[in-house]
Amino acid sequence: MAIKLGLSRNLGGSAFAGLLLGLLFNGPTQAQVTQLGYWLPIYHEDFDERVPGPSAGDYAGLPINEALRLRGDTWDPSLLTVPEHQCKPHPSTYGFRGIGTTRIWETRDPETQQLIKIETHIEWEAQHRVIWMDGRPHPPASAPHTWQGFSTGKLEGDVLVAYTTHLKAGWIRRNGLALSDQATMTDRFYRHGNLMTHVYVIEDPVYLSEPLVRTNGFQLVANGTMAPYPCRPAVEIPRPKGEVPHHDFGDTAASQEFAKQYNLPLEAVRGGANTALPEFMKQFRPAAAPAGQR
Amino acid sequence: MHHTLSSSIRLAVRLSLAATGLVLCTVALGAQPARGRQVQALAAPAQPDFSQVQVLATRVQGNVYMLEGAGGNVTVQVGEQGVLVVDTQFAPMADKLLAEIRKLAGDKPIRFVIDTHGHPDHVGGNERMRRSGTAVFGGNVRNDDPRGEQGAVVIAHENVQFAMVKAEGTPQATPEANWPTETYTGDQYDLFFNDEAVQLLHQPAAHTDGDTMVFFRKSDVLSTGDVFVTNGYPFIDRAHGGSIGGILNALNRILDITVPRDKQEGGTMVIPGHGRICDEGDVVEYRDMITIIRDRIAAMVAKGMNLEQVRAARPTRDYDGRYGATSGFWTTDMFIEAVYAGVRDGAGAGK
Ligand SMILES: [Zn+2]
Repeated sequence: MAIKLGLSRNLGGSAFAGLLLGLLFNGPTQAQVTQLGYWLPIYHEDFDERVPGPSAGDYAGLPINEALRLRGDTWDPSLLTVPEHQCKPHPSTYGFRGIGTTRIWETRDPETQQLIKIETHIEWEAQHRVIWMDGRPHPPASAPHTWQGFSTGKLEGDVLVAYTTHLKAGWIRRNGLALSDQATMTDRFYRHGNLMTHVYVIEDPVYLSEPLVRTNGFQLVANGTMAPYPCRPAVEIPRPKGEVPHHDFGDTAASQEFAKQYNLPLEAVRGGANTALPEFMKQFRPAAAPAGQR
Repeated sequence: MHHTLSSSIRLAVRLSLAATGLVLCTVALGAQPARGRQVQALAAPAQPDFSQVQVLATRVQGNVYMLEGAGGNVTVQVGEQGVLVVDTQFAPMADKLLAEIRKLAGDKPIRFVIDTHGHPDHVGGNERMRRSGTAVFGGNVRNDDPRGEQGAVVIAHENVQFAMVKAEGTPQATPEANWPTETYTGDQYDLFFNDEAVQLLHQPAAHTDGDTMVFFRKSDVLSTGDVFVTNGYPFIDRAHGGSIGGILNALNRILDITVPRDKQEGGTMVIPGHGRICDEGDVVEYRDMITIIRDRIAAMVAKGMNLEQVRAARPTRDYDGRYGATSGFWTTDMFIEAVYAGVRDGAGAGK
């Protein structure tokens, strides 16, 4: 008994010494991830688009090309009643703009304490994303594409930076403005106190003429919880097999209706990189004050 | 299933063609140029410098792998009983593909080769694959029987065989050694191999008139052949019985078969004829696009627009950045023409 006690004291002593050495020599290499925890989105930016939802035909301020404008015009919201569309989650190129608690956590190798991955999970439609932090390469071009894509990340100081490929064809706004499966995203998570800013930059050689840059804000919550989000599709509207709801080729009715509602010139709502610039507004004389309509 | 040999099938085809009055006597035409014949001289997909091509193998799920090289995707199912191969790319790729299959399966023999259709970028390695393998045979069949010498069993829909017989003596002819050794008729043929149900599902008049999708029920992987591709608009080979309506039927059939996991992702995996590994969500996106384009062109035809007017309206232009082509063997213009013709002839309904 006495021997055992002595042995355990010895082990305890060396473990303690090891811990001290670890703090002295290993500490700086184990960068701390400051974004961990439960976050709630705050909607100071773009509330109308993000929470109630965007108007059909509103493409203002987005660097879309002519092809994407046509995709938006063709899009019929009834598409979302098609069973195969009902349970689609937001892709990572949109989800951080959406609603629902967001949880961010890390996984480290238990022996080396090296950071393997950071995961994010957004409650709505259970958007679960993995950001690999272990230096692994992106998979070959023929690998499957997913809603959240394949992300690799690094810490620049305490900013988490992720790069994402292998995205499924998704969307940049919930009114039919699509994103191709060739799109890539670089996003950054900045923590300042109990707030976090998420900045994302999407590039798409198919549908965007310039990178799309947006920011989303989050607030830390102390005792966050995450509910599951089950989804099973069902036939909501009986249709002939294979029918796909869509608007007619070249139908711009949605944009016209939106422009009229807000007393805007049609070209102001049709989108394009130039519509994101302050100079774009200067070419229009102030019409009847549109602010009152909000 | 007809357990018939190539030669007897060929004879039967010749007889049936003669009986229906189609004067396509392959013997008489010999090696003369194919002029005014049914077999259209479609340029095959460009053949790369095969010596530079590496084969990449990816495990898809369960016992099923995808091999990429040059030509259509190759699907390989590996198990205790041997190897089943779907499609064989171009002939010069066969040894590289075999080397990769050896890595996956050791010295287990290739038992079955399945042709999703008869295009040269999918059947070119048939002979090499077949001869490297061996069928399971016994009973009355001995080694000196042609079934013992042939190697693995090569299965295709009978229309694949018919087209190969028709093309004999033309520049598009498939060497007889690459022909199927067995064909099936009707809409389905079932195998059970490597402890797994393997279903050969015929899709009429889609990419060609002889398309087969192969469904590995336990691994939950569907290998579609060229009725579904991710690298362009669907190639509708009208000279070989393809149609836009058949393509849409095939795409909707894929959606019937596939069951996604939670959140419309994963679950049944789909190996396209060309391009990347997919799941139902990817096929939905493609099906939606092809349906929308078909509907647009149908509306234009209903308005009385001719082909030139339809082309000028550029009814695919919102998808061309991803799927269009202005050069090569299958251009956007050719796709529009095929859809136009299908809609005009009533083969575009996709019902
Ligand atoms: Zn083909």
